[in-house]
Amino acid sequence: MVRFENVGLRYDLGPEVLQDLSFSLGPGSFHFLVGASGAGKSSLLKLMYLALKPSRGLISLFGRDIATTARGDLPALRRRVGVVFQEFRMLRHLSAFDNVALPMRVAGTRESEIQRNVEELLSWVGLADHMAARPPTMSGGQQQRLAIARAVIARPKLLLADEPTGNVDDTMALRLMHLFDELNKLGTTVVIATHNESLVKRLGHPCLRLENGHLKLEAGEGPNPRASRMNGK
Amino acid sequence: MFSRRSDLQLERDSLGRFLPWLIAFMVYLSILAMAGMLSLNNLAERWNSGLSGTLTVQVPPPESASANDAIRLDAIVAVLEKTPGVVRVERLSEDHLLKLLEPWLGSDAAAGDLPLPRLIDVELESSAAIVVAALQERLNAIVAGTLVDDHGIWLQRLLTLIKTIQALASAVLAFIALATVGTVVFTTRTGLAIHQDAIEVLHLIGAQDNYIARQFASRALMLGLKGGLISLGLAVPTLWGIGHLAASLETGMMPDMSLPVSGWLVLGSLPIAVALIAMVTARLTVMKTLRKML
Repeated sequence: MVRFENVGLRYDLGPEVLQDLSFSLGPGSFHFLVGASGAGKSSLLKLMYLALKPSRGLISLFGRDIATTARGDLPALRRRVGVVFQEFRMLRHLSAFDNVALPMRVAGTRESEIQRNVEELLSWVGLADHMAARPPTMSGGQQQRLAIARAVIARPKLLLADEPTGNVDDTMALRLMHLFDELNKLGTTVVIATHNESLVKRLGHPCLRLENGHLKLEAGEGPNPRASRMNGK
Repeated sequence: MFSRRSDLQLERDSLGRFLPWLIAFMVYLSILAMAGMLSLNNLAERWNSGLSGTLTVQVPPPESASANDAIRLDAIVAVLEKTPGVVRVERLSEDHLLKLLEPWLGSDAAAGDLPLPRLIDVELESSAAIVVAALQERLNAIVAGTLVDDHGIWLQRLLTLIKTIQALASAVLAFIALATVGTVVFTTRTGLAIHQDAIEVLHLIGAQDNYIARQFASRALMLGLKGGLISLGLAVPTLWGIGHLAASLETGMMPDMSLPVSGWLVLGSLPIAVALIAMVTARLTVMKTLRKML
């Protein structure tokens, strides 16, 4: 599903913020990505959702080497990845409905299907009454759920979430985590970057821990450590 | 190429509000330049077709009052009528000559006061191949100083002048097209900068470059058409005014510069052409910019 080999990342001429990352995430795995602020969690996610190119090393997504994949083929790969951005990045002028519909629209899905799926999902995340609302008029928690809805509407094979529970209370955080768990059970590979160590311990999934630009895998305490490997081991 | 829905809020860009007016002024200038060019073209064609196939024979006035003018002219006309290829020979009366000169000399001028040459209008067959120099030599043998004018030199100079003016008008049109392209490129790039974040989001959720470019192209087309309509609203009264002014002048001073129907169709299609240029320019600009993204 996701494979990194000796990946390094530096911004411009600065020092490497990520060094020699080598790991692979199997289909249907669930990982937390943890580390101190500035450890490079967002940078690692950006490499995974193809917003950045690595300075060195090889990244393979869905079995395709990104470096040798034609630029025109990247959008199709991106459509298989759902992303919950840390700052949501909703389009402020579009309604909640249209924001969530975007991934289906760019994929050319029929409007009737979009209508059905978006309404169903917005109801599921508790935003059925806010379909016409624009993001700036919604609370942080509502925007968070909206961002999650947009990330999962196209049923991605890989779901990446950057601090998805940062703006919600513990009850909502747990509810959202259960949503991710449900998606994971349906076969979606999930990587969630978070600061919330208690949540990590509570759910017991394996962790990718970033420290000083290096990554190490910590086995989960829960019952769900699916296939993942570090440095080829 | 065309997209009705817009995920980007392009209609709220302040630059978008000015673009129709910029396009309107440029299309307005193009319409005027094109109208001038087409009128001159039409004029040149009419002069060319009106004067080719004709000759004007100019017989000098008699040197003394005792010379018999009519006998001299009859002899010239007889030679012309016998010349192969000549269809019609018409001697212009003194009254006709004075009528032609009236715009310059006024209506009080009398033929007797002026040493006016006698003019003979000759119409030729379309396929006639008359050697002007030989004909002139034969006529000079009857009346010395007779000139045969096939209007070639005058027409050639006139056509050269018209072609020069047309080349200038074409250059003006090319500059206007370039200015339009430059304006649209600038506006589109500004739009890309303003909406960078939204474009990045679309890009990251899997939108093809085409999907984003279509939205800018549609917007540019609509703004271009709006500008084109404004320009037509300005150009039609202007052209009508110029036509009205030209018609009110003395016909001898001002040639008829009316446009044929095809000319009006060309002018009417200019706003559409400029809108299409705007659309294609916007699309290419966006595609080129997006290619720099991963």
